[in-house]
Amino acid sequence: MKMRGAKVLLECLLEQGVDTIFGYPGGTILNIYDELELGGYSKQIRHILTSHEQGASHAADGYARSTGKVGVCFATSGPGATNLVTGIATAYMDSSPVVFVTCNVGETLIGRDSFQEVDITGISMPITKCNYLVKDVNQLADVVREAFAIARTGRPGPVLIDIAKNATSAETDFTPLPVSEHHNSGRLQTLISRSSHDLKASEPDQDDIDLLLSMIEESKQPLVLVGGGVIRSKGAVPEFRTFVETLNAPVASTMMGGGALPGNHALFTGMIGMHGTHASNLASAECDLLIAIGCRFSDRVATNAAHFAKNAKIVHIDVDRAEIDKNVLTDHHIIGDAKRVLELLNAKLPAHDYPQWKLRVFSRKELPIPHDARILLPNEVMETIQKVQNEAIIVTDVGQHQLWAAQYFHFNRPGQLITSGGFGTMGFGMGAAMGAKLGNPDQVVVHCTGDGCFRMNCHELSTIEHYDIPTITVIFNNHTLGMVRQWQTLIYCKRYSQTDLDRGPDFMKLAEAYGVGGARATNQEEFESVFRTAVESGKPWVIECTIPKDIKVHPMVSAGTPVTDFLLD
Amino acid sequence: MNHQVKRHTLSVLVENASGVLSQVSRLFSRKGYNIESLAVGTTDEPSISRITIEVMGDDLMVTQVMNQLRKLFPVHSVQRLDPDKSIRRELVMIKVKAETRESRNEIIQIANIFRASIIDVSSGSLTLAIIGSESKDEALENLLKEFGILELVRTGMVALERGEDTINADNKEKGEFNYSKNVL
Repeated sequence: MKMRGAKVLLECLLEQGVDTIFGYPGGTILNIYDELELGGYSKQIRHILTSHEQGASHAADGYARSTGKVGVCFATSGPGATNLVTGIATAYMDSSPVVFVTCNVGETLIGRDSFQEVDITGISMPITKCNYLVKDVNQLADVVREAFAIARTGRPGPVLIDIAKNATSAETDFTPLPVSEHHNSGRLQTLISRSSHDLKASEPDQDDIDLLLSMIEESKQPLVLVGGGVIRSKGAVPEFRTFVETLNAPVASTMMGGGALPGNHALFTGMIGMHGTHASNLASAECDLLIAIGCRFSDRVATNAAHFAKNAKIVHIDVDRAEIDKNVLTDHHIIGDAKRVLELLNAKLPAHDYPQWKLRVFSRKELPIPHDARILLPNEVMETIQKVQNEAIIVTDVGQHQLWAAQYFHFNRPGQLITSGGFGTMGFGMGAAMGAKLGNPDQVVVHCTGDGCFRMNCHELSTIEHYDIPTITVIFNNHTLGMVRQWQTLIYCKRYSQTDLDRGPDFMKLAEAYGVGGARATNQEEFESVFRTAVESGKPWVIECTIPKDIKVHPMVSAGTPVTDFLLD
Repeated sequence: MNHQVKRHTLSVLVENASGVLSQVSRLFSRKGYNIESLAVGTTDEPSISRITIEVMGDDLMVTQVMNQLRKLFPVHSVQRLDPDKSIRRELVMIKVKAETRESRNEIIQIANIFRASIIDVSSGSLTLAIIGSESKDEALENLLKEFGILELVRTGMVALERGEDTINADNKEKGEFNYSKNVL
């Protein structure tokens, strides 16, 4: 069938089962937006017009993280494309599958510094799994099919397709092909036929599995460390729970591993790393075998890579072989998808128990959880959300509130915590919450944010109101950039350089201006009442929680020091 | 794992397409490693190019970069060439000042000894081309210095494995990725 490039793209999205696009139109992408209406595609694919391309990029990311499907985001050339950059990098660092489609100026104008021209494939090279510049309409369908396959397989991640405007208007022959047939045609067939490049994760080596099993037999004090890889790997969580319950050993988690094991599980020691629990951090130093699954030993986990788990043999299980020995030198590794590796381990793993080791790990005294009826404390906010909406999806921005959310909320399932763990993008939450709610209309979505982060992308409240996306934004307002202030207090002799946010706007007036519900809370009782109102209303809300300025995230380990050297506890 | 810094020769098969070379070289610059030598050209299959890269580093660093390279979709194969089991050559062109008959004769004699060819002559200069490994090139360069080198250009080192083994042999990449297992 002859059709123009714009239509080919939209047909390809239908092939992939895309139901939602987040985007923003502009000059070069006009043919595609035109086709959305002309071809009647907007009836099958919902397009969410955001206030800013960055919001669209985070929304597509939040949609992908919360549904496991590939998110899709559109933007025009030049500034439209560069506004996506932070969102692409955020998705890349947390291995989130998103296909970004940008259009560039026509082929004859490329390289002439034309109006709104930018080399977005060059710019996004380090932050995408793969990117394309399509100048020939005949290649378009093939590229889109490959892009989706690459985004979702192996270690997932963002892919960018930049289409020259002429390729959206030129005509080509298009034959629809179900996704299940894509691997038999075109570029994908070639890619899969190459010996060195499996699209999918390679089958784990049985000898590697057996070696780990024998290491487990020798170990007296094993510790499991779970990361985001177990969350991203489809169907891995049940296998993971079987594995740890059979092993019956303590389990620590990175921030991205939140939800792999229920937060109140008897084997769970909590988060590890810079703001990890005593149990997790001390267990990592004392264990004789560390089984790390789907994590990458970032500097927020292994704050001092040379000292991390220094008494242990470290076994690293990961889908990406480039992660092995990157940050922490390991003694053994297994390459493969977490689900498959865990299946193979579970097939042979006998039941264990380590009563003395567990007693030692779990008898560590954690910090007392404070309460004060006169004021509102961050832990009280998280406890209340848990009490009222145990199953809510928690989306966070970045900073103190992010750590409080990770520490005080017990996540029970994968995808329940959506946070920018790797890139630490302030302003991520508003867009991501929007995407998560659209992908999960039956779930309550709570966006936890700080007053600093909220300001960064609060203009997306207009999108949330327009499309009636009932997210609940909870602002932890301490009138300062709390995490930076915490570092200034502890490390920079209380010189509070440029961290006071003693300024407007009035968030309640802002909520009113955007047409969403607004309420303030100054103690736990008030918060519970307004939070219940917000949930029951089924409408978007902004709840401003006034919290003291100098509450810190406890415990804390300084960057560069071993995880056992608590600066704050 | 060997932490000694030494010269490594990497051979990389890539799609012959624009942007691929910068994707490959980016991975070295990102880690702060300077590429000592780089040569690119098409292979017997015109859609595939072969990049030969020489870089100074320890084994861990080279393994990391190789694993990163293998993640790039336009990269078909990455192989580290063992210096004892491979042949390495580069072409060097040297333009030397030769204004008198004596100096011309002397340069031609030196060229003969090194099996370098004279590829251009003018009234004031001679241009030599030599194929070899770096030690031979350096020796010639040192001898020619006294006449005055006007210009010098290298192609960059290219290398192949000795014998019938090729970069396409399937079993190698898996075999290469086994360093840390020896720690046990």
